[in-house]
Amino acid sequence: MSELVEVKNLRVIARSDSGRETSIVHDISFTVPRGTVVALIGESGSGKTTIALSLMGYARSGCRITGGSIRIGDREILSLSEAEKAKIRGRNVSYIAQSAAAAFNPARTIMSQVVESAMIHRLAPRAEAEAKAVELFRALALPDPEGVGSRYPHQVSGGQLQRLAAAMALISEPELVIFDEPTTALDVTTQIEVLRSFKSVIRERNTTGVYVSHDLAVVAQIADHIIVLREGSIQESAATGQILTDAQSPYTRSLLAAANPAVHAQAAPPAEKQQELPLLEVEGLVAGYGRSGPNGLPNVTVLNDVALSLQPGTNLGVIGESGCGKSTLARVIAGLLPAAGGTVKFRGETLAGSVAQRSKDQLRNIQIVFQMADTALNPTRSVGQILGRPLTFYHDVKGAERTRRVRRLLDLVQLPANIADRYPGELSGGQKQRVNLARALAAEPALILCDEVTSALDTVVAAAILDLLAELRKELKLSYLFISHDLSTVRAICDDVMVLYAGRKVESGSRSAMRAMPLHPYSDLLVSSIPELRTGWLDGLGKKAAEADAGVGALLARSECCPFVARCPVRKLGVCDVLAPPIRHLSKGSDILCHLEERELLAMGVGA
Amino acid sequence: MTKHTDTIPETRRRMLGAGSLTISVVGAMCFCIILFWVVIALIGPWLAPYPIGKIVSMDVFTSPSRDYLLGTDYLGRDMMSRIILGARYTVGVSIAAAFIACTIGVALGMISAVLGGWFDTIVSRGIDALIAIPHLMFGLVIIAAIGSSLPVLVGTLAFLYFPGSFRIARALAVNINELDFVQVAKARGEGFFYTVREEILPNMIGPVLADFGLRFVFIVLLLSGLSFLGLGVQPPNADWGALVRENVSGLAYGAPAVIMPSLAIASLTISVNLAIDNLPRRLRDRLP
Repeated sequence: MSELVEVKNLRVIARSDSGRETSIVHDISFTVPRGTVVALIGESGSGKTTIALSLMGYARSGCRITGGSIRIGDREILSLSEAEKAKIRGRNVSYIAQSAAAAFNPARTIMSQVVESAMIHRLAPRAEAEAKAVELFRALALPDPEGVGSRYPHQVSGGQLQRLAAAMALISEPELVIFDEPTTALDVTTQIEVLRSFKSVIRERNTTGVYVSHDLAVVAQIADHIIVLREGSIQESAATGQILTDAQSPYTRSLLAAANPAVHAQAAPPAEKQQELPLLEVEGLVAGYGRSGPNGLPNVTVLNDVALSLQPGTNLGVIGESGCGKSTLARVIAGLLPAAGGTVKFRGETLAGSVAQRSKDQLRNIQIVFQMADTALNPTRSVGQILGRPLTFYHDVKGAERTRRVRRLLDLVQLPANIADRYPGELSGGQKQRVNLARALAAEPALILCDEVTSALDTVVAAAILDLLAELRKELKLSYLFISHDLSTVRAICDDVMVLYAGRKVESGSRSAMRAMPLHPYSDLLVSSIPELRTGWLDGLGKKAAEADAGVGALLARSECCPFVARCPVRKLGVCDVLAPPIRHLSKGSDILCHLEERELLAMGVGA
Repeated sequence: MTKHTDTIPETRRRMLGAGSLTISVVGAMCFCIILFWVVIALIGPWLAPYPIGKIVSMDVFTSPSRDYLLGTDYLGRDMMSRIILGARYTVGVSIAAAFIACTIGVALGMISAVLGGWFDTIVSRGIDALIAIPHLMFGLVIIAAIGSSLPVLVGTLAFLYFPGSFRIARALAVNINELDFVQVAKARGEGFFYTVREEILPNMIGPVLADFGLRFVFIVLLLSGLSFLGLGVQPPNADWGALVRENVSGLAYGAPAVIMPSLAIASLTISVNLAIDNLPRRLRDRLP
């Protein structure tokens, strides 16, 4: 019996608030052989998590498993009683959730939670279970395996917490482990550490797993077999290599295409255009939160001495991991957060720090679009009202003319006109993000600050939004300040790229310069962390970066030394951790903030 | 063209469909009960068979009879007349006080949450101090000092209950204020009052209404307590709470004089709460 899991004709039905029932998983059958990892992949709403949860005999509230069979080992899961299911969960089948932060109880130590399932199922005495946990921590490459258990969840980083969640799932030596998008919420640089430790544990223990994800590139590193789902049914099921190289279903091919967004950026503008006044110019920007101290700096400095310049009609990409200050930059430029120092100039005019002191025309010209389309639209207003307000506010358009302009805006973002009567709750994620964009366009701005506009969307939808942004730019002669943690997205749409780390600009240059060697050590880490769409990419990767610990970088933002020193693989102790790094101009055309000279970086193999 | 005619009715159906503007049966029933008591309160003087203070019978605590539909009280007064005329005080004073308390509390709460800074600190700490004083004690002191009259009662009750409303409204508004759509409105350059009125208030109306229901019940109970102590509605007039208290000795005989006003209070307070719980979904849960 080589198959551990056998799912046959699984059907799940969801019941909406109004009592209407819809089938969300129809007739799914697949098997998971022992010692292999099968990936369930698809966009949100494809039923991938529902299927994974049903392997534990569990259906989320409002959902019901209505038919089929799930056999794990020699047990038929669906015919077990609730008590018997409880015995299996955490012992025979365990689950790693997407958000480790939500999976841990903040009031108890990590160790007591990791060994909890072993205690509940009375698998081992506490001391034995703890020894096993330490062993797992070591296998998962966690720093300080003996000591980490006595810490509390908020005292470790997000990537470490996700690995601890894996330890929690593995402590009972389950037959089957369900990974539910375990790296989706992590930064690319952290994701790679987590993936690497997952992979080594899976290989070492010969774990059987089901890996749920929307990211083909991640799945390609971990899974042996991929099942592509769409709207609750299987589109394609094949070995990983075959899916990547020889996909049969058109849907799989569209997923593969969306994973590598087409390059939309125009060629660099002609030389005479460079003479024009920059659209946006930021110099020596210092910003942060909390009361300002005696030195004039805010309590927590988020941005330190950031400068940028944006030519009319070009796009600037800002990338960096979470907490690096990229969203703060957008908020300062939009006037939502007054800067503590430095200037922001728009077409040569210095902008006041807060919205209240800016002129209506200045406000109109800079619009901001947020990441979470769900919270960016007022749920009590219809789409028509949401789009109509900036028209009335900036252009004093009312009545029939307003309705006409709203319809034109919807047309611009490729939405049907009847959507104007709907409320945000009735729209899909991609539609919301389009409305969000349309609201910014209603002001007829010169510059749109896009704060992670595609990060919360599925790959296919995100690719469509990027296409739309590129088209709008051509049509309306817009400029974007495009903020993202995803280098491939930024490369697809931006002419210039700027890399932020711990509130400092560590590299800036044109898109083509970002592809050339050498790079700033942090840019290099970012570039090499983006999963590539081929099997074996993870294994082929050398261990370049030091253990990710975002906290250290943030603490160092204010001090004199290089902000990246704690994680830098090529640091020179005695220089990098003492002196402020100079700005160096590299021959490929970009500026970096680093002590190392160009030839040193090349010699050390950064970017190689 | 055909596409248009197809899609518009579809949208309408979505808006009127299940779970949006339909009102549940329980909600409708409760709404009728509330409406009934409001009407009684308004037209009471023309409806009551006897004057409120008139002793109509030598028998006390009688059972319902043809002359006295709800029996008589501890002095032999007609219970039905007293309940009908008491509705004015219970319904009128309590609704007025709850309305004033919620309006002041919600307005101040939203302003504090959005303005923040020293204004928020001063208002919040001042109101925390008010919350620390026991309601009944504070009410007693104010009414004993000024003297009892309807405006004083309404004012005192509203003053006692607006701090709780402020707390809830501020907590809600602080959360909503951080949401992106409010930030977008601010970045657009919208004024303070537009932001509060159009972006924040509609998104907290559900919890605020639920809070109104609870506050209304508390006010009915406090008003009864004050009346019992002789500081509420002055005899021979009486609100329902006072009717219960003054007839409490009839409990041993199972007299309707004590049961009927209790039922009246229960029917009103439970109806208010159930009606708010059963408000159309579209009004209640607007946040994602």
